Amino acid sequence: MLGLSGQGGPLPMGSILGTRVLRTEDPAILRRGGIYTDDVMDERLDGAVHVTFVRSPLAHARIESIDTSAALNAPGVLAVYTGADVELPPKPPFMPMIHNGFSRPLLARDTVRFVGEPVAVVITTEASQGEDAAELVSVSYDPLPVVIDPRAAATDEALLFPEVGSNTCFALPSQPDENFFAGCDAVVHHVVVNQRVAPAPMETRSCAAVWGEDGRLTAWLPNQGAQGSKNAYVSALSLDPAQVRVITPDVGGAFGAKFGADPEQVVVAWVARELQRPARWTEYRYDNLLAMTHGRAQIQTLSVGGTRDGKLLAYRLDILQDSGAYPAIGAILPFLTRMMAPGTYAIERIESSARSVVTNTTPVGAYRGAGRPEAAAAIERAIDLFAAEIGMDPAEVRRRNLLPIFTEPHDNGQGATYDSGDYLAALELALKTCGYDELRAEQARRRASGDVRALGIGIACYVEITGGGSESGDAKENAQIEVHPDGSATILTGTSPHGQGHATAWAMLANAELGIPIDRITVVHGDTDLIPEGGGTAGSRSLQQGGAAVQQACRELVDEAVQRAADVLEANPADLVLDRERAAITVAGSPEVAVTLADLAGQQRLFIRSVFTAPGPTFPFGAHVAVVEVDTETGKATLQRLIAVDDAGIILNPLLAEGQIHGGLAQGAAQALYEEVVYDEAGNPLTATFADYGFPSAAEMPTFELARMETPTSYNPLGAKGIGEAGSIGATPAVQNAVVDALAHLGVRHVDMPTTPYRIWKAMREATS
Amino acid sequence: MINVSITVNGVARTEEVADRQLLVHFLRDTCGLRATKVGCDSTSCGACTVLLDGVSVKSCTVLAAQADGSAVTTVEGLAGADDELHPVQAAFHREHGLQCGFCTPGMVMATVGLLNENPNPTEAEVRTALEGNYCRCTGYHNIVRAVLAASEGSVA
Amino acid sequence: MIPPLFRYERAGSVEQALSLLAEHGDEAKVLAGGHSLLPMMKLRLANPAVLVDIGRIADLRQIRLDGDQVVIGALCTHAQIASSAVIGEHLPLLARAAGMIGDPQVRHRGTIGGSLVHADPKADHPLAALASGATIVVQGSQARREIPSDEFFLGYFTTAVEPDELLVEVRFPSAAGLGWGYEKLVARSNDWAVVGVATVGGRIALAAMGDRPLRARGAEEALAAGLGIQAAADRAAEDTEPNVDISGDVEYRSHIARVLTRRALAAATGSG
Repeated sequence: MLGLSGQGGPLPMGSILGTRVLRTEDPAILRRGGIYTDDVMDERLDGAVHVTFVRSPLAHARIESIDTSAALNAPGVLAVYTGADVELPPKPPFMPMIHNGFSRPLLARDTVRFVGEPVAVVITTEASQGEDAAELVSVSYDPLPVVIDPRAAATDEALLFPEVGSNTCFALPSQPDENFFAGCDAVVHHVVVNQRVAPAPMETRSCAAVWGEDGRLTAWLPNQGAQGSKNAYVSALSLDPAQVRVITPDVGGAFGAKFGADPEQVVVAWVARELQRPARWTEYRYDNLLAMTHGRAQIQTLSVGGTRDGKLLAYRLDILQDSGAYPAIGAILPFLTRMMAPGTYAIERIESSARSVVTNTTPVGAYRGAGRPEAAAAIERAIDLFAAEIGMDPAEVRRRNLLPIFTEPHDNGQGATYDSGDYLAALELALKTCGYDELRAEQARRRASGDVRALGIGIACYVEITGGGSESGDAKENAQIEVHPDGSATILTGTSPHGQGHATAWAMLANAELGIPIDRITVVHGDTDLIPEGGGTAGSRSLQQGGAAVQQACRELVDEAVQRAADVLEANPADLVLDRERAAITVAGSPEVAVTLADLAGQQRLFIRSVFTAPGPTFPFGAHVAVVEVDTETGKATLQRLIAVDDAGIILNPLLAEGQIHGGLAQGAAQALYEEVVYDEAGNPLTATFADYGFPSAAEMPTFELARMETPTSYNPLGAKGIGEAGSIGATPAVQNAVVDALAHLGVRHVDMPTTPYRIWKAMREATS
Repeated sequence: MINVSITVNGVARTEEVADRQLLVHFLRDTCGLRATKVGCDSTSCGACTVLLDGVSVKSCTVLAAQADGSAVTTVEGLAGADDELHPVQAAFHREHGLQCGFCTPGMVMATVGLLNENPNPTEAEVRTALEGNYCRCTGYHNIVRAVLAASEGSVA
Repeated sequence: MIPPLFRYERAGSVEQALSLLAEHGDEAKVLAGGHSLLPMMKLRLANPAVLVDIGRIADLRQIRLDGDQVVIGALCTHAQIASSAVIGEHLPLLARAAGMIGDPQVRHRGTIGGSLVHADPKADHPLAALASGATIVVQGSQARREIPSDEFFLGYFTTAVEPDELLVEVRFPSAAGLGWGYEKLVARSNDWAVVGVATVGGRIALAAMGDRPLRARGAEEALAAGLGIQAAADRAAEDTEPNVDISGDVEYRSHIARVLTRRALAAATGSG
């Protein structure tokens, strides 16, 4: 049914694959820094004007008037534009099933719907003049009722889009079954919040745009796929695709929030066309925390029931998704949350429903894991709530309900077919690695002695969907490999790395196939003139599709080389083999009869472009254990240890894979402990600087403990699944469960995230009252 | 506008700058040294960290005017005469202490500053010393390993 | 991100600084390390027309013993104070407080003078100065004033320093050999204090419990009366008006003030 030859399996002896190859990207970055969009120096951008956005200070209001006269007279100001000037259609919602009435104007026209929404744009000669001039734009607002809480939004009392007539932009209803919990000895209900967070990549959004005399737009911007950004410009500006070129400089992190082109980035291109001058914009962090899409933001109603001996029978998950003011990717992520609702467990009856509503807040997009961390967090909380209800060890409840090992695809009943998994082994490895029994003994000792420093142990088992087509088109990717007459090689890839190390990883693959040394292989991505098609980097797809494409292209190049060598050497193709040591085609058994790939390239251009199509998404899985200490006098929780077992199939480069896991673990733990985007009731953001937003530093994180498991997938010849998001999926519930576990002896059953000292203290008080 | 004389990576520069120009913009825009980044506007993230007269500072919160007469070292000034990586740069490379690289120049300079003052820090001291340098990609795990590897007498 | 426009003036001496302040009046602010002022200007929360940079006045960077007082120049950085042998011996509480401000980069630039004049009620230097019974020395064109810390902090970001005066030094009574305690609750390591408590020599001061650092006089009274640490801690939140925000309400902060006071007093007893 999978239709592929080549099973993922143990790597050949002496292969570079599976080894800790240091990154080829590093020396340049270490010596002179990466070159991000704001750093790009290009003669096409000489004399660029600078763009500064005027943003709404109100969460919901009608715009009565905009007075630009004072700004127009400010030093260095070339122009000021408002929504009335920018004659481009509003950006339609992300998915066609969402009502077109929820479209987002590039600059607000008559209504502003979130604090930070762009209202006008000031164009100056110098970047530093922008803020001075923006302050002088005078906007007169007529306030409208503000809706911040999605529960309030769902009542439709105050509408954000009166023409639409509802705040609900997307719904996946279900028919509740009144016998759903039949046979359950115990049923637990709880409302949990998977709070709004800010992706906060270190590089903020940016854009540089120029129109050539040929009428072509060239745009530089950080993104997760140049081809997707190009499509965004083509739609937004109603252009012919041939008229647009997107170039992706180094990207300083993305985490799901740099897809396509944001309204601001479209406006920059529009300004460049309007003024017939290059235009540049780089937002400051305050604007980034305000106006880059946020993540998560689900209110989840869980109900879980089962028997007293720990068998789960029924699980219901209802999701209320906060979409923010204009529905973006986030509005439909509950689709993925529902699909992954059962997680790693065999639960007879699963039911879920979802509704997405708009609120007067920043639009919600994708953020590392995009819908799947929410699913894992919900089921893992449910497991612990159920375990507490029946008085069973949460590890034991998991053991009794995990899907047993499977190597043939398993349909989870909610729309996902898991490819392979051994969830029990992951759990046992995690428990063994953390020393679970010793930890429970230490916890008991502290409780018995009345130690104010309570110890908590939290577990999370997870499975996640990677390489799904929904985020980046079809489950396929292209690669082109070319060998040059001087023996070097160039790879063109449709992926779009922003820290993942594809240049190193793809070079490893080509080196393994062709024998060309890694330092002679250049990997190119992100220029739509060179690489017109590509799915970008998102949903942890790159290695399993993009890497597989590189390997496939290399194999096809060898086949091509063999055919040509047969002519050159006057030999039978069946007698020819690749000698990797020399990067040459040679007659088997007669090494002196050979022609190098370089020589073949010298005679005729030697390159292959190949498209790898995956049979479907893959399902990495794992188990995380967090050890947390809570000071029960102050409520402060400190993460002491985070143990992670992550199985993403065959690992190509453990150094890179571990780095991806580490980053995900930190983000996952930080969501549990520190991060939250907070608005007051009037919709004013309270966490719009790094001083206020709970971004973690090294002082907040422990050294992580990773244990390895590799269960191959048969879905690609590399045996690889995706790893990029897994860390953030397991860590959040593990840490949250650990905090609750630390307080369990005080009667606490739940603490919402982030588990700040204040929240923990309140939970303790409520439990004792 | 005022005149400032600042030695940057060993090269004396005399420039006329705006009174309000921040040192980070002096380095990036006036000197063309763009490795040093701007990552926030609340003196939190440390992407702008350089050495000013030998100690680490956040160049986004120093006026160019305040640095008049001083010496600044940025990451571009670290590598040896033959372009050999500085031990801290080399350690970051070996330990995979960078992913997207945006925080890296500031992180490297903060590390150089730290090891100048505390050549043999413990892991806890490293983590606390880097609390003013944010990274979103690495989870700090390998950055801490890199700092320890670069420090004297460490066991990598 | 970019500060609003201002004129930069540089003072080579205290006299010159005072002359510039007199000349520009309300329009001028003093620039020392700039790590309280510049962040506010970069977020456009402060907009002085003139900055008077006093950073080069070498006289203001000294730390010295004057009898049983430690005299610290206004421009001494947090890093300098945290690593000073004199301060380590005579003012260990101050050394601890200074060493906990921000991060190393901030400590290389931020100054005690700047921090005291900024007078953030959550901050470490105001707390340490009040707990230590420091005297803040302020120079005007006509007169030099010595202001006890109890009279120095007047409200949110407001002190007794007049616009035409310069804080030049801070005098601390030596606390060598005295027990001391310094406790701060933060969510993240580099955060502002949710609540801070400092105690030395029978004085107890609180940060983030009002519009300025406060003496916990009720707690001090109980302590002086020999009622013990717990009794003193129980009174720590008396006559306070803690801020209400996402980090805590009145009840929580008051509770934390009591807990941290108990811990600080216990440390003071242990270390005395």
